Amino acid sequence: MDITPPITKPTLSLIHSWRIRLKLWKRSAKEFLYDLLIHPTALIGSIIVILYILAAILAPQITVHNPENGNLRNRFTPPAWEKDGTWEFPLGTDAQGRDLLTRILFGSRISLIVGGVAVGISILIGSTLGALTGYYRGKLDSIVSRFADLLLAFPFLIFAIGVMAFIGPGITNLIMALIFKGWVEFFRLVRGEMMSEKSKEYVEAAKANGMGSLSIIVKEILPNIINSVFVLGTLRIGDMIIMEASLSFLGLGIPPHIPAWGSMIASGRDYMLVAWWVSTFPGIALLILVLAINITGEGLRDILDPRLKLEG
Amino acid sequence: MINTNNTLLEIRNLSVTYPTRRGEVKAVENLSLTVPAGGRLCLVGESGCGKSTVLHAILRLLRPPGRITNGELLFRGRDLRKLRAKEIQGVRGKEISMIFQDPLTTLNPVFPVGEQIRESLRLHQIIPGLSLPWPLDIIRRKQEKEIVLKAMQEVGIPSPMDRYSIYPHQFSGGMQQRALIALALVCGPALLLADEPTTSLDVTIQAQILDLMLKINQDHNTTIVMVTHDLGVAAEFCDTIAVMYAGRIVEIGPAETIVIHPHHPYTRGLLTCRPHIGEKAQQVKPIEGNVPDLTHLPPGCAFAPRCPLAQTVCEQGPVPLIQVEKNVLTRCLQPVDNRRDPSWTWDQIVRI
Repeated sequence: MDITPPITKPTLSLIHSWRIRLKLWKRSAKEFLYDLLIHPTALIGSIIVILYILAAILAPQITVHNPENGNLRNRFTPPAWEKDGTWEFPLGTDAQGRDLLTRILFGSRISLIVGGVAVGISILIGSTLGALTGYYRGKLDSIVSRFADLLLAFPFLIFAIGVMAFIGPGITNLIMALIFKGWVEFFRLVRGEMMSEKSKEYVEAAKANGMGSLSIIVKEILPNIINSVFVLGTLRIGDMIIMEASLSFLGLGIPPHIPAWGSMIASGRDYMLVAWWVSTFPGIALLILVLAINITGEGLRDILDPRLKLEG
Repeated sequence: MINTNNTLLEIRNLSVTYPTRRGEVKAVENLSLTVPAGGRLCLVGESGCGKSTVLHAILRLLRPPGRITNGELLFRGRDLRKLRAKEIQGVRGKEISMIFQDPLTTLNPVFPVGEQIRESLRLHQIIPGLSLPWPLDIIRRKQEKEIVLKAMQEVGIPSPMDRYSIYPHQFSGGMQQRALIALALVCGPALLLADEPTTSLDVTIQAQILDLMLKINQDHNTTIVMVTHDLGVAAEFCDTIAVMYAGRIVEIGPAETIVIHPHHPYTRGLLTCRPHIGEKAQQVKPIEGNVPDLTHLPPGCAFAPRCPLAQTVCEQGPVPLIQVEKNVLTRCLQPVDNRRDPSWTWDQIVRI
């Protein structure tokens, strides 16, 4: 009997299984939308988030004012429904006479970009490290896990303040400071899931079928845990936005001339008694966005987690 | 006993140990087996006697810290122990396949069954020629899908076209096991390792799956090594039975001889503790005692502490495999022969 030579693996096979995954998503899109429709909080949350995203994209089209330069003659104009208010400035103006609505709309850009990018990169870093360490364990696992424990020992805000004070303000620096700790949660989630999935029989069967360990991680196990990463990611976007606002509030995040909710709240603090709206409206905008993101995340958890679905 | 020119798999002096804090667990010790091409061999024994470990050792799938400490695993003349990681990956699934006890957990829950079978084809590049990246491989995908459908048809999955994109949990247990067999066979392996393939199925489905495996064995000349704790299943399915106890083979021979005229008291005990329909529970005689601690095996026969026939000589030194009749080897110094004492017959043993 002649012996067949060892197999060389096709390099693009990794894409293949994810293509199936995409097809799966496409097919279950109908089901997903149905689940979303009958899940009221997720529906409301996602509609609000979509509205925020649209507002952020279309901000220059929605308003006529300049977000960075105001007219000092218009300073502290109250909201339109108050005495002395005017519909030219629906939510009033701030100390520099800039339209608050315009600044809130432009500020949502910062919040969404910072939240989205910080979580996106955190997912990439955290999942990669978590998948590798959870599957292979060994020395790398101990090193990365101890480092993650070390990072978790610091309160997030104090840690971020320290990092920002060290590397200076700016959007890129802010995102970097958030990622510097943000990846840990994804790392721990993926590592834990990887360790529990790894001992399941389908992984053993994949090995018995001749699959290499990297293929098993990417093609067999990751599709099984990607939903939890998704849900956590959604919830973390809210946290990241809060964190960005906190840092901006403290003057360590976004430079003051760029409209960001945190710095807007901070700038209105001194005029709370004479012009309550300067701080209040950015605060409400922040509150509603984070609330919407969080209930969307909770809803996604209900919809995407098959274990919950089976029980329900 | 076995035609050596025709040997597909030969295990020589295989030893597997699991180091633990209490000492080394000798899961398999000095096990030698020869499996002829096209043969059907059953490893039978209680839980923890090392029968599954043998299968895992053949494919080098032992969970750490378990490792093979000694022996050769000759498959088509190659020692599987000496293969590099890449080479053994090419053997797994293509030349030697394995099916497992619980088909549902063995299939990946998030992919359609048909796609999982096709993945195996792609992995082992069964269709020759250039492998194009995803959007361009339409022809290859079509060819692969056809092979998968044929394989699903062959294992008795009705209307495979509709079942191709169904998820594992939507299959019944029997269908899942059929799908798993299709997955194992799609690359045309020479050897199929089956780890208790019928244990999680109900009896009627068990019979169907055994029939299917028998058909595969006959149609494709696929050699099958099956692990089971059910002597009835083994008697019905196999041509050779190897009874294992505490990591060693205690009796090996043709299935009918082993089941009708067992020589080892342990085999005999396994047979008498099988319940039969029409028999009251009191009539089933379990083997007294427990499996010995694998870290501290007795110096003599491992079964001696539980054996009703044990003599002092049994406990003194290691017992070799002794040829008691043509083709039958027994690791016993007091072999029994029920031809002089026919307490039960073939009819009672084979499953009803």
